[in-house]
Amino acid sequence: MATTAPPESFPAHGDAHDHADHDHKPSFFARWFMSTNHKDIGTLYLIFAICAGIIGGAFSGMMRLELAEPGIQYLDTFTKLFGVANPDFNQTLHTWNVLITAHGLIMVFFMVMPAIIGGFGNWFVPLMIGAPDMAFPRMNNVSFWLTVSGFCSLLMSAFLPGGLGIGSGVGWTVYAPLSTYGSQGPSTDFAIFSLHLAGAASIMGAINFITTIFNMRAPGMTMHKMPLFVWSVLVTAFLLLLALPVLAAAITMLITDRNFGTTFFDPAGGGDPVLYQHLFWFFGHPEVYIMILPGFGIISQIVSTFSKKPVFGYLGMAYAMVAIGVVGFIVWAHHMYTTGLTVNTKMYFTAATMVIAVPTGIKIFSWIATMWGGSLEFKSPLVWAIGFIFLFTVGGVTGVVLANGGVDDVLHDTYYVVAHFHYVLSLGAVTALFAGFYYWFPKMSGRMHSEFLSHVHFWIFFVGVNMIFFPQHFLGLQGMPRRYPDYAEAYAHWNEISSIGYAVMAFSLIVWFVNIIYAFTAGKKAEGNYWGEGATTLEWTLSSPPPYHQFETLPVIEDAGHH
Amino acid sequence: MATANIQHRNRRVGFTFLIVALAMLALGFASVPLYRIFCQVTGFGGTTQRVTEAEAATVTASGMTMSIRFDANVERGMPWEFRPLQVTDTVSVGARDMAIFTAKNLSDHPITGMASFNVEPEYVGEYFNKIQCFCFTEQTLQPGQQVRMPVLYYVDPRILDDPDAKDVEQITLSYTFHPLAGANAIALDRTGSGG
Repeated sequence: MATTAPPESFPAHGDAHDHADHDHKPSFFARWFMSTNHKDIGTLYLIFAICAGIIGGAFSGMMRLELAEPGIQYLDTFTKLFGVANPDFNQTLHTWNVLITAHGLIMVFFMVMPAIIGGFGNWFVPLMIGAPDMAFPRMNNVSFWLTVSGFCSLLMSAFLPGGLGIGSGVGWTVYAPLSTYGSQGPSTDFAIFSLHLAGAASIMGAINFITTIFNMRAPGMTMHKMPLFVWSVLVTAFLLLLALPVLAAAITMLITDRNFGTTFFDPAGGGDPVLYQHLFWFFGHPEVYIMILPGFGIISQIVSTFSKKPVFGYLGMAYAMVAIGVVGFIVWAHHMYTTGLTVNTKMYFTAATMVIAVPTGIKIFSWIATMWGGSLEFKSPLVWAIGFIFLFTVGGVTGVVLANGGVDDVLHDTYYVVAHFHYVLSLGAVTALFAGFYYWFPKMSGRMHSEFLSHVHFWIFFVGVNMIFFPQHFLGLQGMPRRYPDYAEAYAHWNEISSIGYAVMAFSLIVWFVNIIYAFTAGKKAEGNYWGEGATTLEWTLSSPPPYHQFETLPVIEDAGHH
Repeated sequence: MATANIQHRNRRVGFTFLIVALAMLALGFASVPLYRIFCQVTGFGGTTQRVTEAEAATVTASGMTMSIRFDANVERGMPWEFRPLQVTDTVSVGARDMAIFTAKNLSDHPITGMASFNVEPEYVGEYFNKIQCFCFTEQTLQPGQQVRMPVLYYVDPRILDDPDAKDVEQITLSYTFHPLAGANAIALDRTGSGG
C-alpha cells in the first residue's frame, strides 16, 4: 500500500451511491436501527451506555441508601418494587444480592464496555487510522443489537423467581454452587444468557477491531505510528478474543449444570466448584484490563494534546499495554487466595501480580513526563485526565497491597477490596470516559460544551467519588465484609460519609446532563480542530461532526508521524 | 479490484481470529478434563493418590509417626448415617493402615451413593496414597442396611522431605457421600432455604 488508493476503492458501506452527494444519509429508521456506519453505531453505543449507566447507578444508589445507617430500613420497599407483595426476611435479603449482581453486571458489561470500546472505539479507531469505516460494518451492527438484547435479558431476570426471592442474586462472578442449585428458577438462566449475548457481541466486536486495525490503516500509517488509543483498543480486542470464549464455556457449563443434569461444578457428580472460579477469573482478570486499557489510550491522547507535544516514550507506552495484556492472563488466582492454594502457588501469583505494576508504572510516569515541560492548557479533558491519573494510581497502590497473598487472607471480601476496584474502575475507567467525552463530544456532535460546567462537573464528581470510596478503605481495614445490607454500629460513621458522597457524585451527573443540554441548545458550532495545535491525530483533520462518509480519498501519512 | 481485494483480506483476517476465539472456547471446555488430570497428578486441592498393591509394596515404613483424623459427612438431606469407627489414628509414615467407616441407610428405600474425598492440609494430597477405598466405587445400601467401609492407605515417606509439609502433625481425611442420580435417585432439597 505504497500509494493512495483511488476514492472508489473503499466504499464506506455496502450500498452503492451513484450520485455525487457523499453526505447522503439514510432515513431515520434505516440510519439508526439498521446502521452500518461506524460513527452512528458508536453514537448508539454511547447512548445505550448512558442509559444502562443510569440504571446501574440507580442500583448503587439504592445500596448506598440502605447502607447509610446500620440496620435494614429500605430493603423491604425495594423488594416490593421487584413485585413481591409481602416479602419475608429471606426475600428481603435476597433483594440485596440482586442489587449487587445487577449493579456489577450492568456496570461492567453494559456501561463501561459499550461506552469505552463500542462507543469511543467505534467512533475513533477508523477515524484515527484513516479508514472509511470498520472492516465488517454489518457485523458491527449485529454486535450492538446483541448487546442491547443481552441487557434486556438481564433486566428481565430482575423480575423472575431466582432462589430465595425475585431476581438473580449470584453476584457478577456467578459462582457455583450459588448459581447452580443455590438459585433455582429462571432468573439466573436469564442473567447467564445475557452474558452469552453480551459476550458474543464483544467477541464479534473484537474480531472487527483487529481486522480493521490490521488491514484498513491508511497508507503510511504503520503499526508504530498508530495513535495510542488505537493501540489500546487493539490490545483490548485481543484480550476480549482470548478471554471471553473461556467465560462463554464456563457459563455454558453453568447452564447445563442448572438445567440438564451435568455436574461440571458439582462434587456430587465428581465436579469441582473451584474449577468454575479458575475459569471465571481466567476471564475475569483480563476483563478488568479490557475495561481500563482503552481508558489508558484516551488519557494518552488527551495528555499529549494539551501538553502540545507527542506522548513521552511512545513505543514504551504501546508495549506497556501489550505487556499488561499478556501478564493479565497469568495472574487470575490472586482473586482466589482464600480457596486453599499452597504457599508456593500464592508466592507465584503474588509475584506475577506485582510484575504488572511495572508496565503500569511506565504508563503513569510517561504521562507525567509528557506533561513535564509541556505547554499545559487546563481544558476540561486534561483536568479529567489528571484526575484519572491520580485516582487510578490510588487504586493501583491498593492493588499492590492486595496482591500479597498473606495480606489478602485478611482483606479478602472486605470493603478494602470494594474500595480498590472502584478506584480503578468506577473512578478510573469512568473518569477516563468523562475525559474522553469532553475531549471528543464536540467532534461527535458538532457543538461545543461549556468548559465552565465541565470543570464544575469534574470538581463535584471528584469530591463525591472520593467521599464514597476513600472511607471504604478504612471500613475494610476494620473488617467490614462486603455483600451485606447491614453492619455493626462501629462502621456507621464512615458508611454515612460514603453515602453522602454518593449524593454529591449523583449531583455532579446533573451538571453533566445540563452541560449536554446546553451544548445542543446554545453551544457554539465546533470547528474541525477546536483544541488547536496539540491535537494532531487524523480525526482533527475532519469537520465536526465528520462527514457521514469520511476518507473516501485515503489520507497519506508522512514520515513525520502522528504519535 | 482494490475493493474486492480488501474485502478478501478482511475476511481472511476475520476468519483467522474467529478460529482463535473458537479455539479458546474449546480450551474452556477442555479445562474440565485437564483440571481433573492436573489434580490427580499433583494432588492439587487435597486430591489423594491411588496406588496399586505392587506400588505400595515398594514403600518401607520410616519409623516416624503421624496422626490421621477421619471425617465423614453426607450431603444435606441424604438419609444416611455415616461415621468413622475411630476418629483418629496414629500411623507410621510409609506403613499401610486400614481405617473403617460405617454407613447406614436410615430410609425405607435403597439408595446408591458415591463418596467425594480430599485431605487437609490440601498440599499433602500428593503424599496420601490409597490402595483400596470404598470411594472408588458406588455403594448401594438397602433400607436399614448397615455396612462397614474400609480404606487401605499409607502416607508416602517423601512427605518427610517436603519443607512445606514439615510442620504437618495431623492429616485429616474427609469423605462426603452424595446420592447418585438414576434408578435409586432421591429428591433432595439442596437450596438451603430452610424456610
